[in-house]
Amino acid sequence: MVENRPFLNFLAHIVLILGVTIVIFPVYIAFIASSHGPNDFLSGLVPLAPGPHLIENYSTMLSSGMTSSGAPPIGPMLLNSFIMAVGVAVGKIAISILSAFAIVYFRFPFRTLAFWMIFITLMLPVEVRIVPTYKVVADLGMLNNYGGLIIPLIASATATFLFRQFFLTVPDELMEAARVDGAGPMKFFRDILLPLSVTNIAALFIILFVLGWNQYLWPLIVTTDQSLYTVVMGIQRMAAVADAEPRWNLVMAAVILAALPPVLVIVAMQRLFVKGLVETEK
Amino acid sequence: MQTKRTVFPNRILPYLLIAPQLLITVVFFLWPAATAFWQSFLRQDAFGFKTNFVWFQNYRRLFADPLYMDAFGHTMVFAVSVTILSTTIALTLAAAAMRVLRTSRIYSTLLIWPYAVAPAIAGILWWFMFNPSIGIVAYMLRSMGISWNHLINPDNAMVLIVIAATWKQISYNFLFFLAALQSVPRSLQEAGAIDGAGPVKRFWTIVFPLISPTTFYLVVINIVYAMFDTFGIVHATTQGGPARATEILVYKVYFDGFIGLNLGSSAAQSVILMIIVVALTAIQFRFIERRVQY
Repeated sequence: MVENRPFLNFLAHIVLILGVTIVIFPVYIAFIASSHGPNDFLSGLVPLAPGPHLIENYSTMLSSGMTSSGAPPIGPMLLNSFIMAVGVAVGKIAISILSAFAIVYFRFPFRTLAFWMIFITLMLPVEVRIVPTYKVVADLGMLNNYGGLIIPLIASATATFLFRQFFLTVPDELMEAARVDGAGPMKFFRDILLPLSVTNIAALFIILFVLGWNQYLWPLIVTTDQSLYTVVMGIQRMAAVADAEPRWNLVMAAVILAALPPVLVIVAMQRLFVKGLVETEK
Repeated sequence: MQTKRTVFPNRILPYLLIAPQLLITVVFFLWPAATAFWQSFLRQDAFGFKTNFVWFQNYRRLFADPLYMDAFGHTMVFAVSVTILSTTIALTLAAAAMRVLRTSRIYSTLLIWPYAVAPAIAGILWWFMFNPSIGIVAYMLRSMGISWNHLINPDNAMVLIVIAATWKQISYNFLFFLAALQSVPRSLQEAGAIDGAGPVKRFWTIVFPLISPTTFYLVVINIVYAMFDTFGIVHATTQGGPARATEILVYKVYFDGFIGLNLGSSAAQSVILMIIVVALTAIQFRFIERRVQY
């Protein structure tokens, strides 16, 4: 900083530690709760120290889950979430990079119209067109399968913009040289453009993976078959039941298991995540 | 629109390349949006035998419906509270992190991960903390003499979803504020210091005006987030209750459409929400354009 003021530095640390505490506290409590037996909550307060049932609770959740209360085991739900998250991320990146390539490297009639049609998807979040979208998916016979979970979500205006911005910064000489050497557009795309975009793709993948993993409303309405539940929406069913008959230790174990994969991805890939975030949103 | 100086001459290929994206856009975005628009002018009788074109009747009913106006009000209270809280807390944390730059990476790592937590999960975490019988926060409030029960008290329930939504959004705002603060030239700060301005005065007269574009961007983004991305928080915890006190607009669209099966009304609500998103997106883009000129 500009001048040395020990008191202000001290205050800054206090503020940050307080902030970090508030941010971590709910998850700490959830973790503690997930390590206790069902009877430890009867005293009327969540314990603040870990209990002895940690491994037992987690293995219960992973193997049988809360099947007694109408929710499937969490293992298959985690797998579904994973498939959906990877599917959404890969799908969005694949169709976005191709359309950005078309928009930047070709001149064709209706190019601007196509660009604006993609742009409009920004203004139609799934929450606002939920009933008619559900109807389309139902009419196409895509309820209760992975296609219905993934495909309706993979149009992405932001990813298309990101790739378009990036392609515009790629020197024209590269493409001219490729043409002189007799390379066709797809060869240029595969051998030059794709390798150059690897960092962008990776950064975007992290954000889109988290986005896909955290989907809630969409899986809630397109899956009625328990074997296709994703973990984030499945937890609501456990918590709703648990409210009548509290098995909070198991619900909290599920919460930790559901939150862990995307959090780990972001913490491990922090640098790429920040890059992707700041570039997609601006 | 911008393109390359030279382009590939192919005629068919670009259409093939853009086809998947356009197909999905048309089938799952434009077509449903058009259907919603059309349906918002229709009214079905109770058995679904007959459908009448009723012009703006669905909209008139909606705006005459006190429940809808209430949902509007709740959404405003919710969106404004979340936006103010999450931006001010994030700015405070980002400003503090700038002071202790050497250790700020550790703090950032500890602060950004809630971004990865699903809204529904954030809702359940805070729901549990505030649980009237076993929740730790409810316990602390009780020992301070404040009674807490979000299951029956509408205000408590609203506070709960505001806290959960804010908690989740702080990390996002923090990252953008930190990036903005880091781009403020040091020389300006130093000049201010030489002129005798203290850190607080420097912040308000030099730093804050320079980061105001980011602040404005975040305000718009936070409103969009609070209005449209928080369905999971409401559905996983309060389900709009108690006494519909936490029924925000996106929850009502879902509820009236899927549970109430009132398609005309739900479609009209969809159209109103689309108009709101279009307006917010337009504001955001005007701002981004202006920003490019700086």
